[in-house]
Amino acid sequence: MSAASEATRRGLLRAGAAALAAGLMKRVPTARAAAAPKPLDLTPIADGVFAFRGLDEEMAEANAGEICNLGLVVGRESAAAIDSGGSRVEGEAFLAAIRAVTDRPLRYLVSTHMHPDHIFGNAVFRDAGAEIVGHRNLPAALEARGTFYLKSYRRQIGERLMEGVEIVPPTRLVVDRMSLDLGGRSLELRAWKPAHTDNDLTALDPSTRTLFAGDLAFVGHLPTLDGSLLGWMAQLDALAALDAAIAVPGHGPVPSLWPAALDDERRYFDVLAADLRKAIADGVPLARAVETAGLSERDRWALFDVYNQRNATAAYAELEWE
Amino acid sequence: MVDFRKGSRAATRRAVLVAIVLASALLGVAPALAQQTTSSSDKLFDSFKSDVFGDRPMLLDTGLVRIEAPKRAQDAALVPVDIFIDPAKAPDGIKAVTMIIDANPAPVAATFTLGKDAGVTHLSTRVRVNDYSYVRAIAETNAGELHMARTFVKASGGCSAPAVKNSADALASMGKMKLKQFAPGDGAMSKAQELQLMIRHPNNSGLQRDPITQYFIPAHFVQKLSIAQGDRLILAMEGGISISEDPNFRFDFASDGNADIRVEAFDTDGKQFQDSWPLD
Repeated sequence: MSAASEATRRGLLRAGAAALAAGLMKRVPTARAAAAPKPLDLTPIADGVFAFRGLDEEMAEANAGEICNLGLVVGRESAAAIDSGGSRVEGEAFLAAIRAVTDRPLRYLVSTHMHPDHIFGNAVFRDAGAEIVGHRNLPAALEARGTFYLKSYRRQIGERLMEGVEIVPPTRLVVDRMSLDLGGRSLELRAWKPAHTDNDLTALDPSTRTLFAGDLAFVGHLPTLDGSLLGWMAQLDALAALDAAIAVPGHGPVPSLWPAALDDERRYFDVLAADLRKAIADGVPLARAVETAGLSERDRWALFDVYNQRNATAAYAELEWE
Repeated sequence: MVDFRKGSRAATRRAVLVAIVLASALLGVAPALAQQTTSSSDKLFDSFKSDVFGDRPMLLDTGLVRIEAPKRAQDAALVPVDIFIDPAKAPDGIKAVTMIIDANPAPVAATFTLGKDAGVTHLSTRVRVNDYSYVRAIAETNAGELHMARTFVKASGGCSAPAVKNSADALASMGKMKLKQFAPGDGAMSKAQELQLMIRHPNNSGLQRDPITQYFIPAHFVQKLSIAQGDRLILAMEGGISISEDPNFRFDFASDGNADIRVEAFDTDGKQFQDSWPLD
């Protein structure tokens, strides 16, 4: 063996060792990123339209907060993401998945409403240069609840997942309607009156007739009420009239058919309201009424036992003023 | 006279307690991240109970007063609480019932004064519960005894979580009242006449920030309430921020004659609300 080849071998070994060391060095400070889930699984559902299907679960450490559906629409010039996920980790995994699908600049993040599973990843998208777009009521709603969300979700999903989570409000507000131009296609935004929350926003892609319904549509996963039951029921017809063939509901199968995706929640709301109105008319107090209201729907929904009594409590307090 | 002085001193102590605890909450000194347990809730109560009741002995679970609430709150900003009084165990009658939520920023939720011979044996309302906490009912008999009942509620964020789900509508209808009457025996809780009083009011906790100014929105709540039949007091309340948005009180009472039900309420802005209804 020549001295030269010996030197080369040593060099290779050294270089290899250095490369390994560099790898370790790289891995140590980014332990959080290394522990992050792999890029989210984005499914193409129409031409230039993608969606991630969240789990029908409550936010938890084990699921990294990945419980709501997310969307992506890619135009000729730019792309828009719909919602950012329930943690910074999920936001990063979503952004990585977007980068794998398109090299168009990510110009917009559309926040469909205030809930943590939809907005805890917002900082990732702000840092990536996206403009955050939301309902005119969203900044006030986040201001009022943000501190509470940050504190209470620390308990629910743990310190590690809460790392880097910020409440990032929208900087572009939708008062009624707004059109985002992505180049060759537009995204039509619409602000709704109080329903699921008082800051619900939908995004329609007319070119593929795909609707991002946010949490105005729940399929399979029991709807949750944090706004107005009567307001939600009153706007179902207008939602159904949107010119869409498929939808990405806030929670549920991706894609779902539109407007059939509204059928189950419409039936649940009708049952819940009818049960509560009867209880109120019969003088049944709140604490007792919420134990049975809506129960006939129990076998039709995921997470019924988690959310039905809470929905019934809020709805009772709303309906008793009728 | 003595009673009056005692009462007003107690009221002042209570007001001071409410103010101090509220101030410490605003400065961020108060509730930590750790969840309360039954024993830490008891310790909290021990730390302020003499400010409210002096050093008077307190009898636990005598059956004179009972309290019920869900073990786990569905909505922390809207937790139904039922308080029952057994008149047979209080031959001298009950003067007042104080409701306390240990872990809340202002633990004294409300003090209810019961009208003499008004026959109130059951009272239910809805409260905010900010953390895992005991909710207590402490009844004071006319003889001056204190009887306590308590129930542990798992909830979080009732006070700091904004209760107003639909903020635009909330202020527009402020002060509107509704009285429901339940016929005896028809789903009612006892043989006596049963009423439910509802008041539209945001009952702001003072723990929410104004989105524009970043300042805490001043607490704005129904402070005093009296419900009477004619001139005869049924129930009066001195309340705080722990009473839920749109304060709601359901109670039974022994009706006397046909005089109207009259309600007067005052909030912390000095606004007065009143209404009256004939009995069915």
